[in-house]
Amino acid sequence: MTTCLQSLREGLAAAFAADERVLLLGEDVLDPYGGAFKVSQGLSSAYPGRVFSTPISEAGFTGLAVGMAMRGLKPVVEVMFGDFLTLCADQIVNHMTKFSSMYPGVSVPLVVRSPMGGGRGYGATHSQSLEKMFLGIPGLKVVAPSLVHQPGDLLRYAIVSDMAPVLFVENKLLYGQSLCTTGNDTLQVEQRDATDGYPTVVVRNLPSVAPDVTVIAYGGASRPLLSVMRRLAEEEISVKAVFPSLLCPVPLGSLLDEVCDAERLLLIEEGSAGFNWGSEVAALLYEKLYTQLKQPIGRLSAEDAIIPCAEVLENKVLVTDDKVEQAILGMME
Amino acid sequence: MTLQRYFLEPLEVHDAKARYRQFFARMQLIRLCEEKLLALFGKGVVRGTVHTCLGQEACAVGVVNALDRSRDIVCSNHRGHGHYLAYCGDVDGLLAEVLGLPGGVCGGVGGSQHLHRDNFYTNGILGGMPPVATGMAAAEAYLETGRVVCVFLGDGAMAEGSLYEALNLAGLWKLPILFAVEHNQYAQSTHWQAQHAGALDQRAETFGVKVATLDGNDVEAVYQAAAAAVARLRSGLGPEMLFLRTYRLGPHSKGDDLRPAEELAEHWVNEPLAHLRRKLDGVWIDDLQAAQAAELETVVEDLLAVTREGR
Repeated sequence: MTTCLQSLREGLAAAFAADERVLLLGEDVLDPYGGAFKVSQGLSSAYPGRVFSTPISEAGFTGLAVGMAMRGLKPVVEVMFGDFLTLCADQIVNHMTKFSSMYPGVSVPLVVRSPMGGGRGYGATHSQSLEKMFLGIPGLKVVAPSLVHQPGDLLRYAIVSDMAPVLFVENKLLYGQSLCTTGNDTLQVEQRDATDGYPTVVVRNLPSVAPDVTVIAYGGASRPLLSVMRRLAEEEISVKAVFPSLLCPVPLGSLLDEVCDAERLLLIEEGSAGFNWGSEVAALLYEKLYTQLKQPIGRLSAEDAIIPCAEVLENKVLVTDDKVEQAILGMME
Repeated sequence: MTLQRYFLEPLEVHDAKARYRQFFARMQLIRLCEEKLLALFGKGVVRGTVHTCLGQEACAVGVVNALDRSRDIVCSNHRGHGHYLAYCGDVDGLLAEVLGLPGGVCGGVGGSQHLHRDNFYTNGILGGMPPVATGMAAAEAYLETGRVVCVFLGDGAMAEGSLYEALNLAGLWKLPILFAVEHNQYAQSTHWQAQHAGALDQRAETFGVKVATLDGNDVEAVYQAAAAAVARLRSGLGPEMLFLRTYRLGPHSKGDDLRPAEELAEHWVNEPLAHLRRKLDGVWIDDLQAAQAAELETVVEDLLAVTREGR
């Protein structure tokens, strides 16, 4: 079975094969090392001269990629840990997205890829899900594959076909996990068509039973959620999960298609509580669904706290299987 | 369109005297435009802000004219009107942009410090453009276009860390980029000696970036140094820096100038126009100034009429 990491590698290689203007920049990305999480492994051997190991200069090489994109190339920037995106923020907020929106005829087709998320004991500065800091920036798309997407397809589309700048969020704990499809899982997995290249995927644990709870989640939250859904099927609790791959702008139309008759709605994400993805999605959905909801929209995220190193402490802060199960059962009370 | 002719005619490469007249005409028109914008700001016609390059016209004209304006790339900063005019001479498009009119070069979206046309790009974040410009140079080198990139910055931006990331990358990969530093001595209200330790003009050398330090008010010297640097860049010898000693004669942006009058008076003696005036005929200069000022007035009146009509 294909893992998330294999899929991403294949997607990168497919993008390199499809368009010779595609390049990759980042720290330690050349073979044999192939990047800290090995997503770029093999690429510099297969495509010599198109993969560039950079100095530890996140602001510098993000800006470099902006200039390359403005002059006809399609660079992919690998930022070793998502936590380091704060160092790229000026280039993302004040350069990449401004040029593509402010100047007539200028496009900045580039993808910034970065691993996010905790659960590996890396501590407060190497475990965060900081994508919420980059949601709501005009001109920037934020994309995050989950275990029910084809991560490599999303990545190839973002690199080759999307002319807008894209922040591509990869969850660290997903890399080694097998992707989940209807054929290999007790869950039913259905990908919805997407005109924009970033499909939403719908998963059901008891397809013939109307859902007791409808959950919307993305990225790393798919790991605990899918595992809890398998468990709840045994208790005949029906859960429908909707996984958008596009976080920003919110694909409101495709979300509403899936949750238009939902009575109990829960949003789950791995990032910290407050001013996050769920805040915006809850507000948008409430405007449309407030008359039919039997409960306020529920939200589960990590605590509003830094992420500790020790496993027992980390689990208190992050979203775990138990917390997901409790949140779903809590919606049914 | 008509004022554009002063900037667009090919540079007289072999006839020095004729070239001085071209330089003077270009620098003086930049000066007149900047003074006009300050005057319009004073009248409340210009919204937002304007950062003028009074006193730094020789840097803009000397460097940009050493580039091949039909293909090379210029990146500029918040103080970029002079660079823009030296690049394309689009007086109407610049003034309309600053006035917020649809006929502005960016339709009024950009304003004073966000200009783009052809291969010219400015942005208003100090130190933000050197990495972008370095990436453009990397792209041109990768695509083997033969283009070179010039990025303007001031001594104020030399306190930004992103500049040193860009210098390191440019030096490491030997990219065809010229860093043109206008050492105008002030960052907003702060004198450079109050915000920098050590010698500014020696910093880039350590990254393998060749530096030439010279009088940035001497347009011919700037032009010759830039032309020599551009020739080396085009043959792949790696990045260079021109460290141009000059002085910002105007306020940082609007009327916010608290510098002593004696200090300003001292620098008016060797400003770029005064410097070049000594080599040219006074009557020719007076006639030119009168002609340019009259033509500029017409352009401005036409634009203000559009403003009054409600844009």
